[in-house]
Amino acid sequence: MADEIILLDFLPSIFGMRIRVALAEKGLKYEYREQDLWNKSPLLLEMNPVHKKIPVLIHNGKPICESTIIVQYIDEVWKDKSPLLPADPYERAQARFWADYIDKKLYDLGKKITLTKGEEQDTRKREFLEFLKLLEGELGDKPFFGGENFGFVDVSLVAFSSRFYAYESFGNFSIEAECPKLIAWTKRCMERESVSSSLLDPQKVHDFVAGMRRRYGVE
Amino acid sequence: MCIKKGISAAIAFARYDQNIMGEEVKLFRTWSSPFALRIVWALRIKGIEYQTVFEDISNKSPSLLQYNPVHRKVPVLLHNGRPIAESLVILEYIDETWKQAPLLPVDPHERAMARFWAKFGDDKVLGSIWSVFIKQGKEQEEAMVPAMENLKFLEEELKGKKFFGGETIGFVDLALGWLANLIGLLEEIVGLKVVDGEKLPLLSAWMQEFGDAPIIKDNWPARDGMILKFQALRDATFAAASK
Repeated sequence: MADEIILLDFLPSIFGMRIRVALAEKGLKYEYREQDLWNKSPLLLEMNPVHKKIPVLIHNGKPICESTIIVQYIDEVWKDKSPLLPADPYERAQARFWADYIDKKLYDLGKKITLTKGEEQDTRKREFLEFLKLLEGELGDKPFFGGENFGFVDVSLVAFSSRFYAYESFGNFSIEAECPKLIAWTKRCMERESVSSSLLDPQKVHDFVAGMRRRYGVE
Repeated sequence: MCIKKGISAAIAFARYDQNIMGEEVKLFRTWSSPFALRIVWALRIKGIEYQTVFEDISNKSPSLLQYNPVHRKVPVLLHNGRPIAESLVILEYIDETWKQAPLLPVDPHERAMARFWAKFGDDKVLGSIWSVFIKQGKEQEEAMVPAMENLKFLEEELKGKKFFGGETIGFVDLALGWLANLIGLLEEIVGLKVVDGEKLPLLSAWMQEFGDAPIIKDNWPARDGMILKFQALRDATFAAASK
């Protein structure tokens, strides 16, 4: 019996992009269903009654929610191709640790840059760059956070690069100037078909963020 | 009880295993941290021998700072000299390293659900209960609404089950275990019933069942100390809010 995979998602969503990348890494066919987050569908509300958020993966009728959890699920079910988590429990723990830290910090740090001005924005930019530098330290001289292979932490982080142009534009700063190694890493990731086909074009992300700034009255 | 027999067997196995492997397991914790308690429970359930290092949060040891430079928090598990931080990450590490008395289910969808509920506990339940605790009057009434919504989701999840893990204590029980201790304490300090046996019968029963399980019961932090600690935290929050 063929697997039925449906992804409830929203094109500019960083969290949704993680799932698109993971599914592409595993070479899986699925049905993408774009959601209207301001008019949520009955299916979304039924499949994620607790958080009512995307992304939701529906595999043979069963929903899985929360992007990091979905990526682990995909990795466990389709374990024979392109493993995302390493085999060694200690390495796995380190990967989970960094993915968790990225989840706790980076989205809010970036979002705050786009929704603030002046001195407050300067502080946000500083915090954001400090965090990216910490990640650069963790990357070190490895081609990917997963080592030689593109892995779990790379999947967790790479989608943020689709927002870098928006952050730089609204924050009036250059990420590459401060974090060249990280930008080199994003370019390396973008050479992968799974990444380049999953991330939304940075200009489109920029326009979406511009819309959100108008909505929140920042502009 | 199944748990007791399993534990005896697990302890015997683990001691044999440790003698052969010469493993060193150390847990950095504080006397009261609910996150560190998760690790104590997991190690006990699996019968793993370990050393405890108690930390004073106002005066963190150089070791803690060395082993958890990013967050500088407890718990940290040190296994053969290698540190792991973040309690849910540590639980998964323990489960993958020591296979006896498994905490997570085998089926991938069930595993995803277990991870989901543990995350829900940390991301939503904890914060919403804390809001009720540190607020007063009308604000407290308003804070009860999301707190009750969250607890109702947990109530639903317990339908047909003794523990979140099914017949035996599992990953989600350990992740949510703080409820079984802290709710009663907070209710006493605030003078407000949060987990009502009539409105949340399954959750009430679980708190009792979990709290009474031997490994859990033997490891609760000292009640008096906890009352003092949380009373002080509440007072400090009110003082800060009124400035």
